[in-house]
Amino acid sequence: MSEPLVRLENVRFAYGERAILRDISLSIPRGKVVAIMGGSGCGKTTLLRLIGGQEKARSGRVIVDGQDVAGLGRDALYALRRRMGMLFQFGALFTDMSVFDNVAFPLREHTELSPELINDLVLMKLHAVGLRGAARLMPAELSGGMARRVALARTIALDPMLLMYDEPFTGLDPISLGVIGQLIRRLNDALGASSVIVTHDIQESLQIVDYIYFISEGRVVAEGTPDDIRNTSDPFVHQFVHAEADGPVPFQYPAGDYATALTGGAA
Amino acid sequence: MGGVLRKLGSLAINGVWRLGFITRFFWMILLYSGQSFTRLHLTLRELYFSGVMSLLIILVSGLFVGLVLGLQGYETLQRYGASESLGTLVALSLVRELGPVVAGLLFASRAGSAVTAEIGLMKVTEQLKAMDMMAVSPIARVVAPRFWGGVISMPLLAALFSAMGVFGGWLIGVVAIGVDDGAFWAQMQAAVDFRYDVLNGVIKSCVFGVAVALIAVFEGYDCVPTAEGVSRAITRTVVSSALAILALDFVMTSFMFRG
Repeated sequence: MSEPLVRLENVRFAYGERAILRDISLSIPRGKVVAIMGGSGCGKTTLLRLIGGQEKARSGRVIVDGQDVAGLGRDALYALRRRMGMLFQFGALFTDMSVFDNVAFPLREHTELSPELINDLVLMKLHAVGLRGAARLMPAELSGGMARRVALARTIALDPMLLMYDEPFTGLDPISLGVIGQLIRRLNDALGASSVIVTHDIQESLQIVDYIYFISEGRVVAEGTPDDIRNTSDPFVHQFVHAEADGPVPFQYPAGDYATALTGGAA
Repeated sequence: MGGVLRKLGSLAINGVWRLGFITRFFWMILLYSGQSFTRLHLTLRELYFSGVMSLLIILVSGLFVGLVLGLQGYETLQRYGASESLGTLVALSLVRELGPVVAGLLFASRAGSAVTAEIGLMKVTEQLKAMDMMAVSPIARVVAPRFWGGVISMPLLAALFSAMGVFGGWLIGVVAIGVDDGAFWAQMQAAVDFRYDVLNGVIKSCVFGVAVALIAVFEGYDCVPTAEGVSRAITRTVVSSALAILALDFVMTSFMFRG
């Protein structure tokens, strides 16, 4: 079995004194689509930032394609990032550029291709996400789902080896959600890339991913294939999959005694 | 008492920290400025937004400042029978002080605040992060061209402000009041020295351009990425730029014009 494209070994991370990740180890095999799931604020996006080298772990190692990300200098990190693509939660399209120019941006910055070739490549990428006809629109004229697809076209502009998706399904209608889900799977297979999806949309993810990690309180609490997850008896995963309000993740934020609070004591 | 001292200490530490950070940021801009000149269209675009789009407010303000200078100057000079020196008074006031300072203040309010807002909103909408993840340095691609756009525009705008002010002074003094046209221009030509007056004024406006442009890009880049954070950053740009211009003006004047 080949070496995984991404490997996290005993990674710890904190913002100031607030611990976000406590001893995380996981791997992203080549050619696979892996989902990282967990409640809001559990450190999922931080994981992507660690893989992309935007943050450095307090301890542990983040290995991408055999390179320790934290040990890379600026030029080496940028060279690595040219082989990565990241789709941000709301697209992060450049608002002063048209759809065409947004997708052309990485090509113009990193290649010496002729304008004719860039034109063809951009139209191909836009065609792949179904938005060739929207090439001349500005980002402000796009719906949320369309903006996400344009951002996806921009993400794959340089045919990256690793695609990272930060909450790609947030705020989308069911049709757009299905379209984005299918595009993630199809593009991963067509490009021969590996994908990491950070999400809490369990139903959509179960349909398109190969493997799932569940994170809670900074640790991996469960993992497995979609079938494993559907049939698990783990109480945390069960609560998550069935969207139960109470369980291992409590409904109530930690507080003092309720009766005491109602009779005038401290809450 | 202890609380006040602690607060003062905290303010001082914070101030020194920010000063260090802005110095390091300035160094980074200089380091990543190559692209601003090798891909000149990036800087020309910012030159248009910061310079050309500020022309109206600069020209109109320059005209009004010149009109007021003409009125006030004539009122004072004619008491001493020196109303022909009106041209000298208007020109020296403008090229030495009012041109660079007032144009700098207007530039900070018009272009500086816009640059801070633009970079701040790019930060809020994760455009800077996205660029960085695409292995494109936001300092080279976004910050440096805006910085140089501001630095180049500022002295040009100050020169236009002064020229418009002189025209305003001439309108009031010569056309409206009736000061002798020849005396107005001849006295101005005789009294205004190119190196001592004009060049020092240009140096001042260049320094103000660096200060305002640096503050504007820094505040945008450093802002808290929320609507409130951007709003505070814009306020800080206008206030800090105004204070920096006035303080630098005092320092430079004390070195340049000591008689």
